[in-house]
Amino acid sequence: MKVGDRPVRIGVAIAGLVPGAFLAAAAVGDRLGADPVEAILHESGEWALRFLLLSLCMTPLQRWLGAPGLIRHRRTLGLLAFGYAAIHFSIYLSLDLGFDFGALAEDLTERPFIAIGFAALLGLTPLALTSSRRAIRKLGKRWQRLHRLVYLAVFLAAIHFLWSAKADLLEPGIYAGFAALLLALRVVGRAGQKPADYARLARAEARPGSGQP
Amino acid sequence: MRRIAPLLDNQVTDESLYLGRRTFLKNSATAALVAGLPLFPGCGNDGNAKAEAAISETRPLAEITPAPARFRVDEPQTPESDATTYNNFYEMGTGKDDPARNAHLLRSEPWSVTVEGEVARPGVIPLEDFLRPHPLEERIYRLRCVEAWSMVIPWVGIPLGDVLRRLEPTSKAKYVAFETLLDPEQLPGQKRRVLDWPYREGLRIDEAMNPLALLAVGMYGRTLPGQNGAPLRLVVPWKYGFKSIKSIVRIRLQEEEPATSWNLSAPREYGFNANVNPEVSHPRWSQARERRIGDWSKRPTLPFNGYAEQVAGLYAGMDLRRNF
Repeated sequence: MKVGDRPVRIGVAIAGLVPGAFLAAAAVGDRLGADPVEAILHESGEWALRFLLLSLCMTPLQRWLGAPGLIRHRRTLGLLAFGYAAIHFSIYLSLDLGFDFGALAEDLTERPFIAIGFAALLGLTPLALTSSRRAIRKLGKRWQRLHRLVYLAVFLAAIHFLWSAKADLLEPGIYAGFAALLLALRVVGRAGQKPADYARLARAEARPGSGQP
Repeated sequence: MRRIAPLLDNQVTDESLYLGRRTFLKNSATAALVAGLPLFPGCGNDGNAKAEAAISETRPLAEITPAPARFRVDEPQTPESDATTYNNFYEMGTGKDDPARNAHLLRSEPWSVTVEGEVARPGVIPLEDFLRPHPLEERIYRLRCVEAWSMVIPWVGIPLGDVLRRLEPTSKAKYVAFETLLDPEQLPGQKRRVLDWPYREGLRIDEAMNPLALLAVGMYGRTLPGQNGAPLRLVVPWKYGFKSIKSIVRIRLQEEEPATSWNLSAPREYGFNANVNPEVSHPRWSQARERRIGDWSKRPTLPFNGYAEQVAGLYAGMDLRRNF
């Protein structure tokens, strides 16, 4: 079995749901401390960023480790990131704002750190919607261009986390540094070598039962 | 220490007894949670266990005058276990559960307070002597954090105004400045320069003289746990929580407005006044509503945290939008 094979991908998907399950169990069991809403908000947001960064690690890791098939995990990891981001936003909208859409509008227009987080989620949405095999086939080359939006989304998400901090920038700083490194690798990778044919890779990824691209 | 002398042992429920029960309950919960915990700082039970250890190091306080109606909020009190495990005390770490974990490093006895500046009676005063002339009073106040959460806490302390009057401020004393202990060994959060240590806060003298302003030595009928600012902290219930400086070692009366830590760190976000005001947003979030700890939804925030009747007069004619 290769790293990109279907059973491995399913394993990654299940593993990716574990933090959410722990969080839900801890919320139900009242183990999230004095302010569970804040804890869920923080954890869901952080997991979204973690999976987003992980999804972006796949391409460079595949190159360095010579482990073809790694990039086939991008879709799973990306969808997990989107899922946690959606939970993050939903908790904010429901428990923080109490579905007060006036307050949402005020936050989005007056508070850039919230607007930036929202933009990151908006950026991920079309990517999640076009992650099906059908969409990849249908969009062809355009799929590849569209999915470059992920670079913008990770940049915005890292800034959102950094900007949300009160005084201690250490943790969000580490994430931002990691995001910057991954983005820099893309730039260097592009300059240094023949660009990979992502559309072809994506098509291969889309073929059921196919081996490595 | 006459007034904070512990009760006789046989007057108090044996703490190890009820702590034992709680530890048992916690451990059964822990059994359900296995790996992955380090990734969930909010989920670890370690902090709670340590917090209980820290609470157990506090002592019951005797001879407390019960709070009269005007100093008593008629709302459910925040559970002690929440008020002692969900803390902003960056000197003990920036996570909400860090202070409870690190509080055991703070040696709050012996303690002394340096009184200096525009006072007739300056000096380095041992805490017992500092407290002795004043009867202990209970105050049940709302605490509104600038981060838009709140609690209701039964404090035990002495009115700041009474203390200041005894120290005899001179006519030049326009402000009171406070400082937290500076000692990275006892307050490990000070090893990282998250703020410009030591933590500093201040009040106008008329604010300090307001009967609501309290120098607290205890909460929930016991001496303060380290994470809540042992052994002496300020409580200014109509201002955001960061004004209520913890573990005070220095009180200085002075003519100029003192520099204050959060204002130095981010002047656009945290003003010197820091009065609770639902109409003036923090640049990054609204202050219109707050989450009372224990609630899932938010409630409206009250002007001056519900103490407008007692303190609004201090700010008559002041543009509260500019002087946030």
